[in-house]
Amino acid sequence: MQYQTYEHDVIVIGAGGAGLRAAIEASAAGCSVALICKSLLGKAHTVMAEGGMAAAMANVDDRDGWKVHFADTMRGGQYLNNWRMAELHAQQAPDRVKELEAWGAVFDRTKDGRILQRNFGGHRYPRLAHVGDRTGLEMIRTLQDHGIHQGIEVFMEMTAHTLLQESGPGSRVTGVFGYDRELGRFRVWKGKAIVLATGGIGRAFAVTSNSWEYTGDGQALAYRAGADLLDMEFVQFHPTGMVWPPSVKGILVTEGVRGEGGVLRNKDGHRFMFDDIPDNYKNQTAKDEEEGWRYVTGDKNANRPPELLTRDHVARCINREVKAGRGSPHGGVFLDIAWIKEKIPNAEAHIKKKLPSMYHQFMQLANVDITKVPMEVGPTTHYAMGGVRVDGETQMSTVPGLFAAGEVAAGLHGANRLGGNSLSDLVVFGKIAGEHAAKYAKANPASRVSDEQVDEAARRALAPFEKGARGENPYLIQHDLQETMQANVGIVRTENEMARALEDIQKLKARAANVGVPGNREYNPGWHTAIDLANLLCVAEAVTRSALDRPESRGAQFREDYPNKSEECSKFNIITRPVNGGAEMRVVRQPLTPIRDDLKKIIEEQAK
Amino acid sequence: MPPVTFRISRGDKTSTEFREYTTEAGEGMVVLDCVHQIQSESAPDLACRWNCKAGKCGSCSAEINGQPRLMCMTRMDMIDTSQPVTIEPLKSFPLIRDLVTDVSWNYRVKKSIKPFKPRKPDAPDGTWRMQQKDVDRVQEFRKCIECFLCQDVCHVLRDHHKHPEFAGPRHFVYTAALEMHPLDTEDRLGQMKHEGGIGYCNITKCCTKVCPEHITITDNAIIPLKERVVDEFYDPLTRLFRMFKPKK
Repeated sequence: MQYQTYEHDVIVIGAGGAGLRAAIEASAAGCSVALICKSLLGKAHTVMAEGGMAAAMANVDDRDGWKVHFADTMRGGQYLNNWRMAELHAQQAPDRVKELEAWGAVFDRTKDGRILQRNFGGHRYPRLAHVGDRTGLEMIRTLQDHGIHQGIEVFMEMTAHTLLQESGPGSRVTGVFGYDRELGRFRVWKGKAIVLATGGIGRAFAVTSNSWEYTGDGQALAYRAGADLLDMEFVQFHPTGMVWPPSVKGILVTEGVRGEGGVLRNKDGHRFMFDDIPDNYKNQTAKDEEEGWRYVTGDKNANRPPELLTRDHVARCINREVKAGRGSPHGGVFLDIAWIKEKIPNAEAHIKKKLPSMYHQFMQLANVDITKVPMEVGPTTHYAMGGVRVDGETQMSTVPGLFAAGEVAAGLHGANRLGGNSLSDLVVFGKIAGEHAAKYAKANPASRVSDEQVDEAARRALAPFEKGARGENPYLIQHDLQETMQANVGIVRTENEMARALEDIQKLKARAANVGVPGNREYNPGWHTAIDLANLLCVAEAVTRSALDRPESRGAQFREDYPNKSEECSKFNIITRPVNGGAEMRVVRQPLTPIRDDLKKIIEEQAK
Repeated sequence: MPPVTFRISRGDKTSTEFREYTTEAGEGMVVLDCVHQIQSESAPDLACRWNCKAGKCGSCSAEINGQPRLMCMTRMDMIDTSQPVTIEPLKSFPLIRDLVTDVSWNYRVKKSIKPFKPRKPDAPDGTWRMQQKDVDRVQEFRKCIECFLCQDVCHVLRDHHKHPEFAGPRHFVYTAALEMHPLDTEDRLGQMKHEGGIGYCNITKCCTKVCPEHITITDNAIIPLKERVVDEFYDPLTRLFRMFKPKK
């Protein structure tokens, strides 16, 4: 088998916020770094992040601090979080924001010239550093423009297919096998340490805010390499995606709309979010509309409006309104920012300034002027809290030499992620993963790459061409998988439906074994879809099995057959791992590590 | 909506041809949706780049009925479908296959431009102070999603193929964002004059017209840069002062 070979100390797979930050860090530590990206540099999913990055800098409200941020993150995650990661994240996020500014990022400013911070769901104080509603673009461009001068070797439009290992699953990683999109040539990157930064799994669902790249590559690569996956049942459904027109269904409508004063109403014009406020948020939520407005306009004595409760809760409330027949014409509810014209002069200009992308998105895609009329929104698959199980200090997975950071890693967010915590997650843990991958690479000499493993991977990669046009159509299998996941493992789950999904997944796996594509290896999207399918099926199964093994409703998981939280289920995370040489997927309940006393005290104090 | 016929450019650098495909265009669909539908129905190996499908990543640039546009932001009900709809790749860059071109040149140009170099922090905690009104114009430039439609439509690149000597509108915007960044201390005017070839631009404003982010490329980025270059290199008084100015 012919392939081109490269040698580096550290290989980073994925070039969004986490991958770029990891590559920059490893390079700064003196390592030679390969950065493999599935798309062109700067196009990764980070670019779509809108609202901002959470960091307790206390620029807008000086009562904020890392302890409050830590407690908010733990409460939002329903205490299934890896508390060490939540601690590091809250402590280090402010420095990562400042670092971005030193690298050229231009955040919106406060009146005294510092970085402005905005309100977001689940955050007690205004905490999100932002640039209008295009914060992700600012972050990725800053990291990209800084990163290209750090001596990192970038491989654009190349896909990692298999992790190479010393002696089979569970052993130390030795490199990456992959292919380039342009000509379909195989490549082997030999390396001492590997950082996965491949993002999420949204394409396993029919309605998603995620781009085509989000096919669970990193999770599946790690799983096949024998690494543990953690918390896979927790998939975040963002409450506000577009619902109309059909072709844009799922595209994100930033939480920033609500942070700027947007309110949710049903078809009767009723602000239904006031109807159901969870007990543990009662003393932090506005008692009426007037107080909610005071909060979003900066009154420090006011509590947040219920629209800014955590995403899991808001998504379920929207779902409830729609199911009860109180939804909007296209099966969503109304999100109204135009109403603020009753409160402030120049509302139209204000909305365009604060939410420019939202204005254009609705204008261009739906012919809706959000400065004049409400938007129609509904839940959309958005984020995977679960992923590769990592060590909180180092971000190393359970496979030696294999690290993970960003959405592909699990732990920080527990059962539900707060908005704004993902962008800070990327840079905080991207840096930590890069640092420790570099350390690992320096301490461990390169290992030999096995030709047999490479040949075996190449054989699997080429299999779809043997069947050609006679084989199963990869697009249709992907479509069927998305439909069954959406219908059966979505925002409201039951045992029967998930059992049906598992059956479907087994059938789809059999069909996928027969997948075929016509044409040749040059920039052939059919072939790429066929390869990504294996990853999607793997993560879909992990999500479903984990969800079945958690008979309760907590955070992002809502079980109609177990609508309440269970004390017993609050004591463990769920691990997914391969057994029988990878033939079978097993779920294991992993007891939580008892939280450190000082952190426990912080949580108790902040709950008052 | 009745079925729509597309004429899509297929092929690689050796040869290309138009092939016709017909597909149903449902309510609210954009051109990229139709391309995806064609892929799953009849041309699984039709090559096209895309990522976000929300106008945020700038991957799906193409020429639709001769107009440089993002396929994901072009609604079917905006275009004339009584005739077959033509989709072609960008013309300013070498073709890879079908609708995908080799845009790597842009990445090389960017790398050659001197990076951001901030002044010393304003506060002891390592932070700076900037007023919103001082960053507004830089934020306009930083909206760029690098779709390269401006590069595609620029006649200096498209017709005159001045790629080695001319950085193109995207990189003038990039440079303007750095030069006008309140914290930046670097000087890139020499680069713009020499390697960047900014003098080639004769401000026809085609780039501004196609920018999906509505950046006023010519007026706000290129013209001020041109003025700075002129001040720096051609103003007789400045030249005189420079003779006595200590070297940096």
